[in-house]
This record gives sequence, structure tokens and C-alpha cells, in this order.
Amino acid sequence: MLECKNINSFYGKAHILNDLCMSVDAGTVVSLLGRNGAGKTTTIKSIMQMVVPKTGQVTFLDRDITGWPPHKVARMGLGYVPEERRIFTDLTILENLEVGRQPARDGSIEWTIEMLFEIFPNLKERRNNRGKELSGGEQQMLTIARTLMGNPKLLLLDEPSEGIAPVIVEQMAETILNLKAQGVTVLISEQNLHFARIVADRAVIIESGSLKFDGTFLDLDAQPEIQGAYLSV
Amino acid sequence: MSLLIAQFLTGLANAAALFLVASGLSLIFGVTRIVNFAHGSFYMLGAFIGYSLMQVLPGFFGFWSSVLLAGIAVGLIGVIVEMFVLRPIYKAPELFQLVATFGVILVIQDLTLMTWGAVDVLGPRVPGLKGVVRILGEPVPQYDLALIAITPFVLFALWYLITKTRVGILVRAATQDREMVGALGVNQAWLFTGVFFLGAALAGLGGAIQLPKGGADLLMDFNILAAIFVVVVIGGMGSLPGAYLAAVLISVLNVFGVSYIPQSTLVLMFVVMAVVLMVKPFGLLGREEVAGEHGQVGEPERPFKPAGKKGRIIVAALLLLLALLPVFGSSFAMVLVTDIIIFCLFAASLHFILGLGGLVSFGHAAYFGGGAYVAALLVSSAGTPMELAFLLAPLGACLAAVIIGWLCIRLTGVYFAMLTMAFAQLLWSLVYQWDEFTGGDDGLVDIWPSPWLAETEAYYYLTLIVGVGGIILLRHTAHTPFGYALRASRDSSRQAEATGIHTKRVQWAAFAFAGSMAGLAGALFVFSKGSIFPTELEIARSFDALIVVFLGGVKTLSGAVVGGATLELVKDYLTRFEYWRLILGVLIIVIVILAPDGIVGSLRKLGERTGLLREAEVSK
Ligand SMILES: Nc1ncnc2c1ncn2[C@@H]1O[C@H](COP(=O)(O)OP(=O)(O)OP(=O)(O)O)[C@@H](O)[C@H]1O
Ligand SMILES: [Mg+2]
Repeated sequence: MLECKNINSFYGKAHILNDLCMSVDAGTVVSLLGRNGAGKTTTIKSIMQMVVPKTGQVTFLDRDITGWPPHKVARMGLGYVPEERRIFTDLTILENLEVGRQPARDGSIEWTIEMLFEIFPNLKERRNNRGKELSGGEQQMLTIARTLMGNPKLLLLDEPSEGIAPVIVEQMAETILNLKAQGVTVLISEQNLHFARIVADRAVIIESGSLKFDGTFLDLDAQPEIQGAYLSV
Repeated sequence: MSLLIAQFLTGLANAAALFLVASGLSLIFGVTRIVNFAHGSFYMLGAFIGYSLMQVLPGFFGFWSSVLLAGIAVGLIGVIVEMFVLRPIYKAPELFQLVATFGVILVIQDLTLMTWGAVDVLGPRVPGLKGVVRILGEPVPQYDLALIAITPFVLFALWYLITKTRVGILVRAATQDREMVGALGVNQAWLFTGVFFLGAALAGLGGAIQLPKGGADLLMDFNILAAIFVVVVIGGMGSLPGAYLAAVLISVLNVFGVSYIPQSTLVLMFVVMAVVLMVKPFGLLGREEVAGEHGQVGEPERPFKPAGKKGRIIVAALLLLLALLPVFGSSFAMVLVTDIIIFCLFAASLHFILGLGGLVSFGHAAYFGGGAYVAALLVSSAGTPMELAFLLAPLGACLAAVIIGWLCIRLTGVYFAMLTMAFAQLLWSLVYQWDEFTGGDDGLVDIWPSPWLAETEAYYYLTLIVGVGGIILLRHTAHTPFGYALRASRDSSRQAEATGIHTKRVQWAAFAFAGSMAGLAGALFVFSKGSIFPTELEIARSFDALIVVFLGGVKTLSGAVVGGATLELVKDYLTRFEYWRLILGVLIIVIVILAPDGIVGSLRKLGERTGLLREAEVSK
């Protein structure tokens, strides 16, 4: 469904992604693992074309989207959930969701606010509160719900478990499995191997912007040296 | 009592156009973060286009259709400006775009002159609303009442659009984080264009709707500019109700000012703004602005090091050339270069606080003109010898900068810029109105240098030594611990505070230092011209320096110097043409688009890309 072929991305002159290749198949949850600064966020931004790869290709649903403006990428069905959440703090929850609303695409689920409130009951209670009045966990829910309003076919989640309470992490894992059950494909960037293991079918490990491992968790368990070298366990 | 009420109603009616124009400016700033200097030009276009339409469309409905059509036409002009001038430079550092909008002002000025000629036109009286209504015995024009009635509806419609519709929600979201809005699938480019359309259309409406009261002329773009900035700032940038409140406040006070303290009219609004900002640093209904909040910080700066060998050789060669100018150049060339050096020193002093300190002052002319006036007044009123007056000028400017700086430094960003402009305007009106002492509009004349400096050549050398010396001093100071502390305060005031730097005090000192150097340039200026007029204190003069610093490149001092020299030379050449503003405006816009890092910054990049310059050499 999604494929990165030999992408090289830069911030100014800093070369961050190095001939990175990876792919995500429809209906699966793939976890993108790596240490701080490994290049996970950059990978996700390169997929969204918020950082345009200098060379290489990103294809989605068999179309080369490299160099497209991000809003077109989003309209193709890629839903981006940023690491820093970036909710609109002056807007209410309902207004935040409105910003994310996009017409349904064929083949994707059509999310309504009611469906999202079912998954995230906290948001329902506080629907008229402004973004800045929400807790970290609530903000994390909101940012996912907001992206789902765009009815994405593939969800890009950048470290959703970062900085939130363990209870909510569990809830988050449930949510992701729930989404998968509903047919949403997910690419999730993580540092937390435990969390990744619960939600994902496959692990992709990167370090310094290069691919180091791509396989199932069973394969990964068979190679403890990889875990030691590229993950902070 | 009845007179007071009538005056109050006049004020409310005057607030209508002011609010329309200011709300457009506020909207544009709120979403795009662009300080649109060209907004006054949109207002002027609205008036002229409305006037032409009213000539062909008759009657009551003709009038109102003309007003609406003028608004739409100006909105479309705004769209053109947004798409062709601003869209290519959204990624540039904050406030850089204002240079482009300054170019747009010049272009629109000449296009208006070409189309409507240099005559002032009187607006038609509105059919059906020509009469007056007696309120408590005082006559109040019907049209005034119509304006008073219309404005709240416009405010309500705008408020509804912004708070209740999807477009409004998207606009507000984009105000905070436009990249995220784009990543959610919204084509924010069109959102911006739409906002620009609306903002410009509001300015056009304002221009057309005030025709029956004010008419149209070629000065109205600059004349309203200060007022709408003041309104937006008093109200709080981005707040529509705030803009309405402020427009009413200013207009009503103005009507009373005209009747009871006529001397106050030129400064009244600036005084109100200064008072409001000192009590509420973000305006009546505004909210705090966080620098860099909108993701427009620009790319990280290069390491900042003293000039390399190559750079020194070039500079030395240039200085040698300048020193030999009297040998091979005409006296005309010497006068021109004198002007250029003075202007470069002025621009370099602004660069010191703007580039290094991140403090964007819209009122730097206060210290340039201030220094010049100190010297001139010392000579003309106190009979001080020229040499002493020359030395005291920077001190006088320094004193002014110390006082004004103390008042302004608490503010940041656009609010700081506006308050500095307010004080510059205060100083200007003081000089302008205090006839007996300053000569008012007629200025001070016969301020010549001492005999030993009277020859063009001698004065040229004085300018060369003092001017270049001043620029070198500014550059040198940038490399002292004080200069580093200033840069640290700009980049991250919290970290700077943590390392023991008292950021506000550092900025204040820098402001005073920059003011003194501008005063020095002013002293050079007054004795080179032999006279001084209030124009040297005007907003336009402050803008000149601002444009030059941005155009040359904010990141290096050489940018200010190169920019200053370029602009003076180009102006000197262009002013021989009838429509020189048009050419200059287009030139500025082209430079801004092609060289978003300023002339010097972009030349460097070009040099690096083509391999003519290695990066190591540049930063060494
Ligand atoms: N805007 C930027 N400009 C320059 N360098 C950047 C920028 N953003 C990230 N980097 C650098 O790129 C590298 C990869 O960063 P990235 O954010 O992709 O890592 P990450 O794997 O997401 O890390 P984390 O787990 O901390 O989120 C890091 O070395 C980082 O310092
Ligand atoms: Mg990251």
C-alpha cells in the first residue's frame, strides 16, 4: 500500500535519511522502531512530503506522491498524527475535529463525530472545551480523532505513547487494535518495544536514517543482538 | 450636552471606514502573519475605483453598488498581490514580507497616478441621504447615521464568519499552525488567498464608503496607514471586536481633540496607543504573541565570526577607492557618496538592534532626525560651535533612545515595532508643531559646518572617517561579549537569563547604542545639507532604513551597508524618470522574491552553490 524506495531526506545540509526502503501492506500495523534521533519522525514527515526527499520515491496506492504538497497527500488517504500533537489550542474539541474533516474516500470507513466519541469518551464530555484546557492524554486522543475525521486509509502515528500515563497507553493500544479491526492500516513510530509488540504485526528498525531490520517480532526475538544494538531496552 | 452628543456621533461615523480598513489589516495579519504595509494602498484604490464607478452608476442603488463593487475589485487586486508577490515568500523569516508590501505601495502609487491623475477628487453626496437629522437640535448628517448603523452589522458578519463557519474555523486553525492544517488535507494556499481577498476587500470598502465624507487623493494611502496600525495594535492584533473598540475610541477622541485641543490631533492616537500598550502590552483584546510560534524562524544562522582574509582585502580596496574619490571623482560624486555613507551608517545602526537584537523598530528615524535636530538647535538657538554640536548630537539621540527604549523594551514583536513608531511620531509632531523653537514645517536652515570643513572635499573626508568609523564600531561591538549577549537574548531569552544575562537590560543598552549611532549619522547629515526638516523624522524615513536592512540581508551587517548603498544609488538614478516609484517598487518586489535572504545572504548562497565561494571562507 505504501512504499518508500531509497529515500534520502535532509534538513538544510544535514543528511538524515539514508537510502531508506520500507513498506506497509494494507490491513497491517507496522511499527517503526529506533532510538531518539534515529529518524522516525523524519521518515513519517518524508512520507507526508512535509520534508520532501531529495532523491528516492514514496508511492502510495501505486501512485508516486513524491514532491506533492502535503494537503494532496492527505487527501489521497494518508492521515498524519504528529508527535508533538499540534492540536489547535484556541479551538474547541469540536472545532479541532472540524478542521480534520474531509469527504469520505471510497473504500475507507466514514468516521462521524459520534463514532469517534464512542472510541474516545473523554472527548465527548469535554467537546466544548478549548484545546489548551485538555490534559496530555486527552490531547493525544484528540489529535488521533482529528486525523480520523479525514477518513484516512493509512494512519501515520508518531510516538503516540510518548509522555502519557500507563493507563492511557493501554487504552491507546486498544484503540489501535480497534482501528486495525475496522480496516485501517497503521504505521506507528515507537521507542517502546513492549507497546509495539502488542499492537504491531511487523517491526521496522532504523538507526541513523538507515534500515537495520525488517521482519516479524518472532524474527526479532531470534536476533537479540539487533535489539541490543538499535533499541534502548 | 447636545453638542457633545453630536460630536460623539461624528466620531462614531468616522470610525466606520477606519474599522473596515483596520479589520482587514487585522485579519490578514492574524492569519498570514504578514504586516501588510500596502493596506493603505488598498484603501486608496477602493476610494478611486468607487469614485469612478459612482460616475457611471446613478442614484441611491448606484452608490451602494459602487461601494460593493469597489470592495470586490480591490479584493481581487489583493488576490493578485497575494498570489504573485507574497506566495513565493511565505517561507521567509517573519516580517521580511513587509518589504515586499512596501514595494507594492510604490507600485500602486504610480499606477493610481497614471490612471486617475494627480487631482484630488471629491466624493459625491449620497442620493437619498443628503440631508441632516436634528438630534437634540444639533444637525447630524443622514449619511453619518447610515455609517453608524452599518458598522455593527459588518462587525457581526465578520465575527460570524470567523467563529461560526467552517472557513472561519480553518482560518483560526491556520493562524496557529498552518503546516498542520495543510497536513490535514486543507489547501492552505487558497485559505490564505481567501483571507487576503477579504482583507483587501474590506480596505476597498472602507475607501469607497468614506468618499462622501473625505474624497480621494494620492496621499491617503500613507495618511491612513499609521491610523490603522494604531487601531489594530490598540485593539490587539487579530481581534476584530478589539479593532472596532479601538476605531471608535480613536475616532471619537479625534473629534473632541480637533474641537478642544487642536494641537493634539497629530499625536493623539499615538499617545492613546502608548498608554494602552503600557498598561496592556498586547492591546485591549489581544493575546500574547510568542516569537517563532508560527514556524517562521527561518533557517539557523551561520556561525558568526570576524571577517576572513578575502573579505578584509575587498573592504580595504573599497575604502582605498573611497579615500581616493576626491582625486578622480567630481564633486557631484562626492556629494552622492557622502549621502550614501550617511544612509549606510543609519541603516547599520538599525541593523544592530534589528539583526543582532531581533528588535524590529519602526521608528528609528527618531534618533537620526533627533540627532540632526539636536545639532541644528544647538547651532541655531544656542550658537554652539559646530564641532561641539556635532559631538553632542549622538548624545542627544542616545538620551532619547534611553528614554524611549526604557518604555518600549518590555514589548515584543509587532507591538514593540508599533510603540517605537508611536514615539517617533510623537517626536515628529513635537518638532513639526513647535514653530518658534524648531521652525516647524520650514525646518532649520543655515546649519553649515565650520570653515575648515566647509569644502565639499573636507566634509567628504569627515563623513568617510566618521561614517566608516561608526560602521566599524558597530561591527566591532557585535563581536564583543555585549554583542554575544544581545544575540543570546534574541535567540533564547530564557536560556540567556539562566546564564546570568539580564536580557532586557542588554536590549535596552543596545537600543541606546543604536540610537546614538543613528544620531551620529543625523549629525553628519545636517551639516552636509546645511538644513534639517521634519521629514527626517517621518515614518517614511524609518521605513527607508527598515527596507534597506531587510533588502540587504538581516543576517549580516554588510547587508545593511550594501542595501543602503544600493538603494541610494538606485534612487538617485531612478528619480529622473516620471514613474520612478513604479520601477523601484517592482525592483524591490523582484529582489525580495529572488533573494529571500537579502542581497548579501543570497549572493553568498549563490557563491557557495556555484563553488566560487567555499563555505569555510565565508564563515571564517
Ligand atoms: N528541524 C530539524 N533541523 C535539523 N535537524 C533536525 C530537525 N529535526 C530533526 N533533526 C535531526 O534529525 C535527526 C532525526 O530526527 P528525528 O526527529 O527524525 O528522530 P526521531 O527518531 O523521531 O527521534 P525521537 O525519538 O527523539 O522523536 C536527529 O539527529 C535530529 O537532530
Ligand atoms: Mg520523533
